[in-house]
Amino acid sequence: MALDKQTIYKISRLARIHVDKVDIDRYASQLSTILDFVEQMNRIDTDNVAPLSHPQDRVLRMREDSVTEHDRRDDLQSVAPMTENGLYLVPKVIE
Amino acid sequence: MAWETVIGLEVHVQLSTNSKIFSGASTSYGAKPNTQACEVDIALPGVLPVMNKEAARKAVKFGLSVESKINQRSVFARKNYFYPDLPKGYQISQYELPIVVGGHLTIDTGKGEKRIGITRAHLEEDAGKSLHEDFHGMTGIDLNRAGTPLLEIVSEPDMRSPAEAIAYLRKLHTLVRYLEICDGNMQEGSFRCDANVSVRPQGETELGTRTELKNINSFRFIEKAIEYEVERQIDLIEDGGTVVQETRLYDPSRNETRPMRTKEDAHDYRYFPDPDLPPMELDDQFIDSARQQLPELPDTKRHRFMEQHGLGPADAYQLTSDKATADFFEAVLEQTRGDAKTVANWVNSELAGYLNETNMVIESARIDPGMLAELIDRIEDGTISGKIAKDVFRSMWNGEGTADQLIETKALRQITDSGELEKVVDDVLSRSREQVEQYRGGQTKVLGYFVGQVMKETQGKANPQQVNELLKQKLESGD
Repeated sequence: MALDKQTIYKISRLARIHVDKVDIDRYASQLSTILDFVEQMNRIDTDNVAPLSHPQDRVLRMREDSVTEHDRRDDLQSVAPMTENGLYLVPKVIE
Repeated sequence: MAWETVIGLEVHVQLSTNSKIFSGASTSYGAKPNTQACEVDIALPGVLPVMNKEAARKAVKFGLSVESKINQRSVFARKNYFYPDLPKGYQISQYELPIVVGGHLTIDTGKGEKRIGITRAHLEEDAGKSLHEDFHGMTGIDLNRAGTPLLEIVSEPDMRSPAEAIAYLRKLHTLVRYLEICDGNMQEGSFRCDANVSVRPQGETELGTRTELKNINSFRFIEKAIEYEVERQIDLIEDGGTVVQETRLYDPSRNETRPMRTKEDAHDYRYFPDPDLPPMELDDQFIDSARQQLPELPDTKRHRFMEQHGLGPADAYQLTSDKATADFFEAVLEQTRGDAKTVANWVNSELAGYLNETNMVIESARIDPGMLAELIDRIEDGTISGKIAKDVFRSMWNGEGTADQLIETKALRQITDSGELEKVVDDVLSRSREQVEQYRGGQTKVLGYFVGQVMKETQGKANPQQVNELLKQKLESGD
């Protein structure tokens, strides 16, 4: 399955990854190769195989419902670029 | 052309756990910004989510209560999108294998019962809040809510009118509070609704193109938003246009919906199983213990109230719409000699009226079941009339004391001494010559006037039935 430039542009934007124009063709061909491999796997009959949702044969560990974390806002915000009145400040998201 | 409305609802129920779904930070509402957002919630590198068992238990309780299939193996997935109140760049949710599948809720449409299908319910984490007030041209982010457990309950497109949608939502709202899995506080966002709305020609079986109405936080606004949207879609199609699948926001101040501005790829979420979280497996014992925690459910309780207490459907419905009210009713009934209908009347009219007026919940009222039981007993044993009882109720509501205390201090005891009452009746008749003539001339409806006068003289303390009899006897004997 061949990916076109448009698709490369779209998925890079969805992932917020900057891709230089000069690299697009190369990515398109490499990603297409990966998809070809997926296509090949798709041809295998998996009707009687349970989907694998985790690579390790493990079960989710769960914790009891108790509050174990306490206010450490000052520490945590010391690494934030901008804060005010306890809020993290980010570039405006709506006009 | 006749049109049919089709509505499906997605309800986000905040599960009332102490801590977040994947971290040990508190979920309590109203804390100072970011004081309940730990490393996991703000997505610092290197942290790992650890699942809260209670969130799973609450989801299972919901599933059992609506006869769903519980997936004893369910999978968490990442839903990817970028927004600053979602610090990881993805929301942990469930996609292909949600914890709850299928089930139904039965609603009362006014024309009988109707079963609304539940497609699924999945666990996920809530996002933070963006504050768009002006911070020097920037947006403020509070991540206290980030990581609060949500159960998203998705219905089938089974509702055919805004009224049915509201009936479903009320039913669901009652249920989650009975189950004690959500506090149901809509103002604080604990119970949020998105509505998928489409129209199609009557008789058509294919669904029309739907629009999604987002995050409406009151039953009244949901109803108005759907009504508006249905009208808009019908007008659009009848004018030769087509409905565009989009998300729309309802503006209560203008009573209209308008498209939410979204980027064209906003819905490309690229779900995949979260590698941080292996599949969640719940054993039979876990499911059984959740089942044992189920309370008597609203429908069961309502039917029991009708059968056991002989109440009509309307009374039973009102009493069981909220568990605390139902418990209050039964507690009063246990302590009074009054019958169920009398107790239901006091709870549904007098008490409910005061609660509505002051916007209070029954748990915080000054009148407890014992106090109401005592008041009803004083009517039953003839100490006070029903009318005086309402005054006593008001004083009790205002915290002035119990029924017995108030009857004593305010001297409200009904006049039972017939000699005393006869004297008052004689006084009233002797100064109302004109009305007496009218009565004897055949205008018997002036009896009400005499009763009123006697009640006024006795400050309502006379027994109205006794007054009536006495008056008739005097007027008709002619002396």
